[in-house]
Amino acid sequence: MRPRFPFSAIVGQDEMKTALLLAAVDPTVGGVLILGHRGTAKSTAVRALPGVLPPQTVVAGCAYGCDPGANGARCDECHAREARGERAGHRRAEVPVVDLPLGATEDRLVGALDLERALRHGEKAYEPGLLARAHRGFLYVDEVNLLEDHLVDLLLDVATTGENVVEREGLSVRHPARFVLVGSGNPEEGDLRPQLLDRFGLAVEVTTPTDADTRVEVVMRRDAFDRDPDGFSTRWLRADRALRRRVARARGLLPGITPTPGVMRRGAELCARLGTDGIRGELTLLRASRALAALDGDASIEDRHLQRVAPMALRHRLRRDPLDESGSTSRVARALTEVFGTTGAMDAVHA
Amino acid sequence: MREPADADALAAALADAAIALLGVAPEALGGALVVGGALECERWLAAARTVRGDAPWRRMPVGLTDDRLVGGLDVGASLARGGRVLSRGLLAEADGGTIALPRAADASVAVASALARALDDGVVRLERDGLSGEHDAALCVLAAAGPEEQEHVPAALRERLALVVTLPCGYEPGIDGDARADSGAHARIPLPRDAAAALVDAAVALGVESPRAPLLAGRAARASAALDQRVRVTDADLALAVRLVLAPRATRLPAQPGDTPDVVPDDAPRPAEGSAPPQRDSSSDGDGDTAAPPPGAAELLIDAARAALPAALLDGGTPPARSSAARAADGRRGAEQRDEARGRRVGTRQGHPRRGARLDLVETLRAAAPWQPVRRRDAAPDGGSGALLLRGEDLRVQRRVRRTGTTTLFVVDASGSAALGRLAEAKGAVELLLAESYVRRDRVGLIAFRGVAAELLLPPTRALSRARRALAALPAGGGTPLASALRCAAESVTQARRDGARIALVLLTDGRANVALDGTPGRARARDDAHAAARALRALGGLVVLVDTSPRGDPEARALADALGARYAALPVVTARALHARVRAMVDDDAPAAARRA
Repeated sequence: MRPRFPFSAIVGQDEMKTALLLAAVDPTVGGVLILGHRGTAKSTAVRALPGVLPPQTVVAGCAYGCDPGANGARCDECHAREARGERAGHRRAEVPVVDLPLGATEDRLVGALDLERALRHGEKAYEPGLLARAHRGFLYVDEVNLLEDHLVDLLLDVATTGENVVEREGLSVRHPARFVLVGSGNPEEGDLRPQLLDRFGLAVEVTTPTDADTRVEVVMRRDAFDRDPDGFSTRWLRADRALRRRVARARGLLPGITPTPGVMRRGAELCARLGTDGIRGELTLLRASRALAALDGDASIEDRHLQRVAPMALRHRLRRDPLDESGSTSRVARALTEVFGTTGAMDAVHA
Repeated sequence: MREPADADALAAALADAAIALLGVAPEALGGALVVGGALECERWLAAARTVRGDAPWRRMPVGLTDDRLVGGLDVGASLARGGRVLSRGLLAEADGGTIALPRAADASVAVASALARALDDGVVRLERDGLSGEHDAALCVLAAAGPEEQEHVPAALRERLALVVTLPCGYEPGIDGDARADSGAHARIPLPRDAAAALVDAAVALGVESPRAPLLAGRAARASAALDQRVRVTDADLALAVRLVLAPRATRLPAQPGDTPDVVPDDAPRPAEGSAPPQRDSSSDGDGDTAAPPPGAAELLIDAARAALPAALLDGGTPPARSSAARAADGRRGAEQRDEARGRRVGTRQGHPRRGARLDLVETLRAAAPWQPVRRRDAAPDGGSGALLLRGEDLRVQRRVRRTGTTTLFVVDASGSAALGRLAEAKGAVELLLAESYVRRDRVGLIAFRGVAAELLLPPTRALSRARRALAALPAGGGTPLASALRCAAESVTQARRDGARIALVLLTDGRANVALDGTPGRARARDDAHAAARALRALGGLVVLVDTSPRGDPEARALADALGARYAALPVVTARALHARVRAMVDDDAPAAARRA
């Protein structure tokens, strides 16, 4: 297998990279939706993520990679083990980034009867699926707008409850399944159902760079990688490692950062002006701003954090008036100007 | 490559060059898309196969199922062994070799996705039938399509196949199997920055959007240099790369030489602003201006591109961008499988495979597996044969769901002076319907007619963004070719029927046809043609609504409504909301009748 293209080596696309890092720092921000034309490094970025994710501690021998520290949210086997008084070992493991291919079947997603054991020994055993593998990690769906409806329904169910419940072939299994859902696609090939759209915490738009220099740099870097993948990866390893340290440190800072009442009020005002439905918009705005503050090493959430995350947190939550021609990003920018003054909008654009 | 005299000879030379390049750098280029007649494509593929020598070669048949492509449970072996046996799949078998895809336009989205992933990463992932794994699959994909089908080849695939060649009629490969160079050589040849810049400029000038394209062109240029056993990329290599990679993807004519170097409409900051001007080979061009980006090098390439631009672009300046029909097909394809039984697959249920229901083998095995020990004991108390004992209740079949929801097709009269307002309001109604469509799983489409013909401006879709784009510029004015519009509508209705949808046709007009089916003006013939087409449309069945936009209720419109068997609604002042409300009401009213018709 070829080495992955390094995350830090991706040219431009700052909004997309920031969104992914925010989700890495705080998974409760919600999923990340990346929309844009082909060739804009969408899947490259997601597949490069493992390089900047700090490893995490899992219970040794647990099929779901349960968190030894989490008290309530463990799988049945881990609970049983603890009840019996056994102490399970810990180990460090990479954060899983799992691909859900378009042609995947339902049984592979949720898990199913282990055919081999059933055919050979007549045993009924559960074989975990992709949702189990993605627990405490990322689940990536490329061309998410073309995903089959029944698979989308499954993902929505699990994302809401944080649990995968399997009732099939005489099996009755329940296990934790909390992951960051990342989807990418070209919106012109199909719209997302609003329920699925709402499921994503952050939505970013990627566009082809218009600046000729940037485009040339994209070609040069990719060319260098193609000719010497190992050498290229090594050269960018330092940058990736530095990012990884930032993410790790940000996670540590996260609990200590609280928003001031002023920031919360302005966030609510922003959402009110844009007419976002429900309070998920505000929650996401808040969590994302806090994650950004942590990532930047700041002690508190400031207006500038709010302004930078507003577009990605809110552009997909605006009530759509089909007869209104203006794009959602510009509506968010307008609202930012109204709440924060002109400097606000500028920051958002150049973030 | 010498400059051949005529277009066909040039096309043949390019096709030959493509074969040679694929012999040198098959995986770096990803592969090629050849467009031409079936016979010519086969000849090209055969020549490409010879050049690839001993490398694995797999031909992908039409209707290939996912498991054969990606790998999956080898059911026969599993049953025989009584345990799970994995079959590698076509992609893994072709690792280090080539996959030939002779009917690329028929490939499904899932197949294209798997190929795209393999081309990107060199692996194929397996996640089905209780199996999971990753196999190496470093591939070269050679796709072939007929000339009209080119746009229907899935976009995920076309994006990644570097070379695109059109085969002239009667093409014979002029290349022999010895034209191979050291396949590692191309990787060692550097791509200088100014060459990359020239390719990027050429791509921008030709309106090639994807950032991948100049990258693939760079690889093609290096392969070309390696073929001639040189160590540096020259202008000739770049020109060949532009012809093979960029020109076929062009969506606009490049600006004429003599224009300002800023061929990009949005003013990208030029390098003169901050960074140093790119270094250039003294051999690259004769233009001594080094302060601006190298217009000379890019211009040479653009000139080279002209010779290879698609004919449609040169004729009328209309971009051969993927027609909206093809883009729509991409979106639709993901949700449907090509199958005898109608509808899409949504899981399994217990049942017998009859009346068109297809057996789901793996689920059947799963249902039977836990019972084996018990059944074996019952069947042969002394131990059994080991074969799988199936009962009727184990059988599982695939569940299919027919698409629900309505396809509403607007047919709008864009002729005459009142047309612009009418069109705008129809567009508004389309968007309003689309806003609701996600709930009802509806689609909306738009045909406009004016002048001498009708045009399917928006093929039935659920995507609001595509609708906006397609409806952005609506031309108006001219004669009223009503018959042509009804014909076009009939085609769309037939197509939508094949997809299993309910149809509602909404015709906005004042009924006064004045252009006949063949385009000649004349009221009487136009009216006759229109009524004939109307009766043919009526025979297809389905709900038709005629919205009369004339100021005082035209008898012509009523007569047409009768011929169509349509519901008549008078709406002298057409507004988007009124139109939308009327259409919605009529479609809902018709629902029970439509259910009976289905």
